[in-house]
Amino acid sequence: MDQQTLQRIFYGALGLILLVVLGGGLAAAGWPGAAFALFAFMTLGGGLVCIWERSVVRSAFALMSTFMGIAGLFILLESDFLAMAQILIYVGGILALLLFGVMLTPPDMSERKLGRVLPGLGIVGLAILWVGLKVAATAKWAVQGAPLDGRADGPISSAEAIGVGFLAVDQYVVAFELAAIVLTVALVAAVYIARRRLSDVQPSRTRAGEVG
Amino acid sequence: MGLGAYVAVSAALFGLGIVAIITRRNVLYILMGIEMILNAANINFVAFNRFGDNGLDGRMFAIFTIILAAAEAAVALAIVLNVFHLFSSVKPSEADLLRE
Amino acid sequence: MIASLSFDPAVDYWLLLAVPGIPFVGYLLQIALRKRLPFGDKLLTLGMFGVMCITVYLAFKAIAAGHHGEAFVQHSVKDGIYFEWLYSGAAALGVDNIVAGIYYDGLGAAMLAVVGIVSFCVHLFSQGYMHGDRRYNIFFANISLFTFAMLGLVLSDNVLFLFIFWELMGLMSYMLIGHFAHDPSNPFFFKWATWASKKAFLTTRVGDVCLFVGVMMFYREFGTLQYTELWEAARVTVANNGGEFPAWMTVAGLFVFGGTVGKSAQFPLHIWLPDAMAGPTPVSAMIHAATMVAAGVFLLGRMYPLMSPEALHVITFIGATTAIFAATIGMTAYDLKAVLAWSTISQLGFMVAAVGLGGVVAGMFHMVTHAFFKACLFLSAGSVIHGCHHEQDMRLMGGLRKKMPITFVCMTICTLAIAGAPFFAGFYSKDAIILAGWANILDLKTFSGWGIYALVSLAIAAAFTAFYMFRLIFMTFFGEYRGNLEKHMYSDALAAEAAAGIERPGGHHDDDHGDAHAEHGHDAPHAEHAHAAHGHDAHAHEPHESPWPMTVALCILAFLGMFGGHFWLLDLPGAVAFWHGAHTWFESIVSLDSLYGPAVGAWAADGISEGILDHSSHIGHAAHVRAVILSLFVATSGIVGAWYLYVKRRDLPAVITKKLDFGYYVVKNRYFIDEAATLLVIAPSVKLGVFLKWVDEKIVDGLVLGIGRANRFLGFFSAWFDRIFVDGAVNAVGLVSQGLGSAFRLLQTGRIQQYAAFAVGGGLLTAAWLILA
Repeated sequence: MDQQTLQRIFYGALGLILLVVLGGGLAAAGWPGAAFALFAFMTLGGGLVCIWERSVVRSAFALMSTFMGIAGLFILLESDFLAMAQILIYVGGILALLLFGVMLTPPDMSERKLGRVLPGLGIVGLAILWVGLKVAATAKWAVQGAPLDGRADGPISSAEAIGVGFLAVDQYVVAFELAAIVLTVALVAAVYIARRRLSDVQPSRTRAGEVG
Repeated sequence: MGLGAYVAVSAALFGLGIVAIITRRNVLYILMGIEMILNAANINFVAFNRFGDNGLDGRMFAIFTIILAAAEAAVALAIVLNVFHLFSSVKPSEADLLRE
Repeated sequence: MIASLSFDPAVDYWLLLAVPGIPFVGYLLQIALRKRLPFGDKLLTLGMFGVMCITVYLAFKAIAAGHHGEAFVQHSVKDGIYFEWLYSGAAALGVDNIVAGIYYDGLGAAMLAVVGIVSFCVHLFSQGYMHGDRRYNIFFANISLFTFAMLGLVLSDNVLFLFIFWELMGLMSYMLIGHFAHDPSNPFFFKWATWASKKAFLTTRVGDVCLFVGVMMFYREFGTLQYTELWEAARVTVANNGGEFPAWMTVAGLFVFGGTVGKSAQFPLHIWLPDAMAGPTPVSAMIHAATMVAAGVFLLGRMYPLMSPEALHVITFIGATTAIFAATIGMTAYDLKAVLAWSTISQLGFMVAAVGLGGVVAGMFHMVTHAFFKACLFLSAGSVIHGCHHEQDMRLMGGLRKKMPITFVCMTICTLAIAGAPFFAGFYSKDAIILAGWANILDLKTFSGWGIYALVSLAIAAAFTAFYMFRLIFMTFFGEYRGNLEKHMYSDALAAEAAAGIERPGGHHDDDHGDAHAEHGHDAPHAEHAHAAHGHDAHAHEPHESPWPMTVALCILAFLGMFGGHFWLLDLPGAVAFWHGAHTWFESIVSLDSLYGPAVGAWAADGISEGILDHSSHIGHAAHVRAVILSLFVATSGIVGAWYLYVKRRDLPAVITKKLDFGYYVVKNRYFIDEAATLLVIAPSVKLGVFLKWVDEKIVDGLVLGIGRANRFLGFFSAWFDRIFVDGAVNAVGLVSQGLGSAFRLLQTGRIQQYAAFAVGGGLLTAAWLILA
């Protein structure tokens, strides 16, 4: 099979799966179920495409689908502020950074052939699947989920509640400050690491072969 | 949908992240894999918070994770650029100075 | 002028330290730079001139103090100038500590001045005498170091440092006697000097070991090595013992005296000194006449209070015996230096006997005056030898009076001094010794057969001294010059003598050694060499006066030999008072009180005749009159006898020797003491050595070799075991480690992704284990 056919089969299968899970979700839990199915598909499908694709740019855009799906899941979990933050930070920030990374590094076409990694992937996947099934079968969650629609919207998940939680002295102000410090330090460190050194701009002092 | 569904989605995403980290030859895929893993953890946090009875803890964790992920991404990108500068390559298999 | 001098501890102790310091620095400079040191000889001589000035200046201070009747004793330990050896700080003066300081009393002052003057003269003399020697610089370095040792010995205030310097002197004596032992151009001196230096070193070593044993015995009992503490301890010990000396003190005292016997060449260890004449003549003058051999007498002076009466009897006997028997040998010698060597032994016997008789001051006084005139005599002899182109046989000299006038005058003055002619230095000291002998006999307290023996021996030895010294003068300076005798004539004369049984042609003492002495004494071969080496032919045999450094040195010493006894020029009232029994300069600075302090001095005076201590006492007066008469008589008889035999009737000596026949033969061959030593000591020692060598080679070596072989076998077994088992185990461990290492190295790829995969695999396995468990 050549690359083209594989792509077609893959994306075709993906479409079929979308239809199946949408249908399944609708049938199992009505529209909320369908929404969950859609968002879960966006999440996992994005991840799958990300792994599947040989091009970094495509993978990055596939990842955007993952992030959007997770944001959707957050909405379903009544965490609208988080969902917004997810879209803002991941899609707007991190993904943009990744794309910058893609642009600043040369394209590398020497990815492994799928056939070479597939056995390993299969083993790892089966193992994870097995562990997951076992966990799902034996785990007793301390919290048992209430139905999605059976709970009233409270201030608990609103941006206001989170803001108050962050700033109230008796709640998460330490975590807030910590986060602020971590961000500052990390950004300064990033700037420091990535800054161009004098030797980079003076050709005479760069390594041989780069001057040309 | 119940908690189990979210946990399952989270687990699948985690697995995908692991695969991305292990198999791909570009440093950027490792970054993407890390993001996927972090997001899988985030789903868990929020889901357990939503179905549990413990205030805002999980969501706060999630926010914290997002912040850390942002910081990590910035630093990691800087590292990637440096690795590229050093090895003229973004393949992690070639940045094997650790062996020495 | 003299009276205004006084000892100033702040300055004079440093001057005293500089006294041995200057020659030591000179030695270091000379030995380090060798020929690169410009004017090395002149520099060292200049340094010695400074030393002489300091020592004389300080000696005048002692004399000034004695002039005032003060006891002159300077002990630097009291003033804090000392060196602590074993401990320091709080225990500085403790029992077991060894503190070395400067002890400078009248005796030390006199001795120091003597050493300073003689050393300077010898340095000066050597510039002329040793000129052109191939080891000229080494020679100067060595005599400088010797001077350092002698000055240090005189200045040290404890027996240990005395012993250290004593040994250093012994070493320098060895090196200087063997000075010519490095001259391959002269096979005779090469062998003789080598042999003589070894003989001197080994013989004195016997005495040195005795000295060390004695010193250690005293140290064990008294716990100190300081002179002052030793004296006091001896006094207290004897007082606690009921006034009797313990037996061990006699033994220890005799051991200490053994050091004197070795160093001062007393019977029976005197055998090294005549052979020490193999050294250059200035060395003979300084070491083997004036200073080093006197150190033994100096030691006796320092250790006198420790000597029990029994020990003193032995000392008297040995001294008197040495004096007379060396004098008899001196009468028969023909070698210029040999005569002086035997004379030195004889005079040292006088000193030792004087100490034994209780005349410590007299003995020390004779040591000082003897140093002056004997140094002068040796240097004069050196001058004669130099003038005669290294001829040493008196039979080949004669008539030198006109050719070497300065040497003649100096030597005659000093011969008069040693013979005991009135107003010369030797007269006073020898008179004091004879006086000690008389006083010893006249005083009932001290009367003993030893004293009579000593007095008779010393009187005869004094007459002999006058005789053989004037024999030397007459043979050397009077008559006609015989140096130009044809060799065959000389040989004929020797053959005639031999036929008459006068002298064994085979040489006088050591054919058995089979070494360089072989020909006839050490005279003729040396002479031949000297002639050849100097490149002189027959007409150049004419003797000549020596250059000015040598004659200047001679004049200085001759002056002291003339006036060194009394210095009446400096101290006129004393000269007038002399006839009334007043003290000489030496007796004014050295007395029992000033030597050993009032307490010990008074105690030591107990065992000494009244006549020695107090010249104005009845016994003292009687002894003095007898001593003067006897001294004058023996000196006159000796001089007249020599004149009669060697000037008036020159045919008589041969007749007399022929008559004496066997007696002469014995004396001429030095009483066969060397042969006896060879037979009784050296041959058994060699046999014992051979036997021990056999034991060593056959038995000890056999044992050692057996043990070695056993060990070797054990070693081979061990090696085999080691190789097979131990190495095997070690190698196995190594191989396993290596294998594991190579296996694990495959995992260490440095690839992050691989590590992550391992982590994931590990996590999965853990999860699986948890689930399955």
